[in-house]
Amino acid sequence: MTMTVEPVRQEVAPESTSARRLMDKMFKARELAVIAVLVVMLGATQLSNTEFLSQQGIKDLMLNATILVLVAIGQAMVVITRNVDLSVGSVLGISAFAAGLYLQDGGNALVAVLLAVGIGALFGVVNGALVSLGKVPALVVTLGTLYIIRGIDSIWVGSRQITANDLPGGFVDFGHDGISVVPYLALLTLAVLVVVAYYLRSYRSGRDMYALGSNPEAARLAGVPIRARIMTAYVVCGALAGLAGALYLARFGNVDSNTGNGYELIVVSAVVVGGVAFTGGSGTVYGAALGAVLLTSINGVLPALGVSSVWVTAINGFLLLLAIAVDRILALRVAGALRKKAAQTRSARHA
Amino acid sequence: MFGTPARSRRLTLALATVTALALGATACGGTTKDDASKDGGSAAAGKADPNAETKKGLTVAFLPKQVNNPYFTTADNGGKKALQELGSSYKEVGTSSGTDTAGQVSYVNTLTQQQVDAMAVSAQDPGALCTALKQAMRNGVSVVTYDSDTNADCRQVFVSPASAEDLGRTQVELLAKQIGNKGEIAILSAAQTATNQNAWIDVMKKELEKPAYKDIKLVKVAYGDDDAQKSFQQTQGLLQEYPNLKGIISPTTVGIKAAAQYLSGSKYKGKVKLTGLGTPNDMRAYVKNGTVDAFELWEPAKLGALAAHAAVALESGQITGEKGQSFTAGDLGSFTLGEDGVVSPGEPTVFTKSNIDQYDF
Repeated sequence: MTMTVEPVRQEVAPESTSARRLMDKMFKARELAVIAVLVVMLGATQLSNTEFLSQQGIKDLMLNATILVLVAIGQAMVVITRNVDLSVGSVLGISAFAAGLYLQDGGNALVAVLLAVGIGALFGVVNGALVSLGKVPALVVTLGTLYIIRGIDSIWVGSRQITANDLPGGFVDFGHDGISVVPYLALLTLAVLVVVAYYLRSYRSGRDMYALGSNPEAARLAGVPIRARIMTAYVVCGALAGLAGALYLARFGNVDSNTGNGYELIVVSAVVVGGVAFTGGSGTVYGAALGAVLLTSINGVLPALGVSSVWVTAINGFLLLLAIAVDRILALRVAGALRKKAAQTRSARHA
Repeated sequence: MFGTPARSRRLTLALATVTALALGATACGGTTKDDASKDGGSAAAGKADPNAETKKGLTVAFLPKQVNNPYFTTADNGGKKALQELGSSYKEVGTSSGTDTAGQVSYVNTLTQQQVDAMAVSAQDPGALCTALKQAMRNGVSVVTYDSDTNADCRQVFVSPASAEDLGRTQVELLAKQIGNKGEIAILSAAQTATNQNAWIDVMKKELEKPAYKDIKLVKVAYGDDDAQKSFQQTQGLLQEYPNLKGIISPTTVGIKAAAQYLSGSKYKGKVKLTGLGTPNDMRAYVKNGTVDAFELWEPAKLGALAAHAAVALESGQITGEKGQSFTAGDLGSFTLGEDGVVSPGEPTVFTKSNIDQYDF
């Protein structure tokens, strides 16, 4: 679905309103599909195991999802610009350790979180600069930074680790407490989600990112500041990976040099399952968040049903292929519908 | 930890293999040991003399599975201390990856070439090190394995962390005591294929058949793959699937700390008992906040110290690696080799609120 042609200048596209409505409908359908799968899955599990959606169960589902959702929001933003950030797992690991080390020395919890966000943003700047200035494929650049950051992490951290005992009690409690069944972490994640979604939907620079992902050349000709937009996407992605690192620390209370290893793959899966096309220019962060919730919920559902965990990866892979197939079919349909509409408009004008 | 193979690094492996071959060739061709200074060294061939004098000024090299791994660092430091007390010198070499077997082979060959007196090896693979270790023994180097063994004919003594029987039995005992010998329990293991995990779980199952435990029912063995998030969710799943669950045994350090972190932040804290194998540093917070009453582990420092003593005893000719031979290991006391030259520092140490602060590893 590379055709979210969100026209940069309204007047050049007279049929834009109806096309936009069509696209909107498609997106909603895409997200509704994920919601439907999620509801059916959770409902069925609840039927076979009434403990599943107990107060504790709901809280656990939300807590399990939060960290992945945060990283997926940032990743979605980068993928929308037709790029990718594979270094998120390494960034998460190194910022989690930095925050932990600071807290271990008696630091303030809020400063620790900001420190993690700052480190993440810094690596985002590096990624953004390499991708936008170097004009090298993002896949290769961020694969490089994935290894470099992990290498720095291994050298710096060595055999040290941060354990729950090193952290202030309040910080660890923040990792699992909440208002009634809604954990603080989930509220924080929800706030980030709404802000980023609003930015992408309603700000000119946010719309630029879709334009950029749909057709970089056209976006450049239309005057979109490409470098600045790519940089923004990477900085947000890095900062959110950093924030996720701080929350990982609070949630799991344990960080070593291996933390976050391999996380990038599950993040990319979540984004794609949530309907953000890898070819750029389409999808929403809500979709990506739903994708992340779906993938983490499967990990919660299978043990609750007593199914062996070896199935989890296979099911994730199946969902991924299913999501891509659905996207492809939808894209073909939309393309057909748009062509038909264009033809009608043309013949109406000639008549 | 304990038996889950991590990823292998192919390039490193290939490079290391080449190096190993090169080194192996050099070792074959060039090294002739000064036999005069090494009469007791080729102990495997000679006869054991329990009253032989303990030699001083030996060099014992430790080759752990992985350097920079906190567990092995503690174990090797135990060995270092023991060697200092015995008047011998210590060195440590090893690979930075726990699955770089070819790298380990090349280290064995290098040590043989450097003519160390003895080496203590924690083998990444039971078979792969054999040729190199046999070559070392032919050259008069005494070979001890610790923590993870090779095939029995490739070394003289194996210092085992604790026997599978002891570990399985004591973990069941610990949990049974905490739940009053009654109720449903589950096991949270690492990977489904981890050899020693499965050996311990088999012992636990047998142990649970004893009449004393007739009211305890093992409802499930879950696998968290030694991954924090997975172990977390497996713990949640266990508690949801079995609402009456009374206790969990997790015989893996990663699993037990993930389960403890989950329990400590949930409504099950203190109600569902958790025990297993963990390190005091990982578990300190959970023991102090009442999530965990008691857990156990062998002391890695003792393991390393015993390996050092065994190496020196071999080199001094007090033992040769046959069953029934004994040697003294300083403060640790006297030890007798079992079947296949296996010796163990004894039952694992139980950590509770009252003693956990005496340990730092």
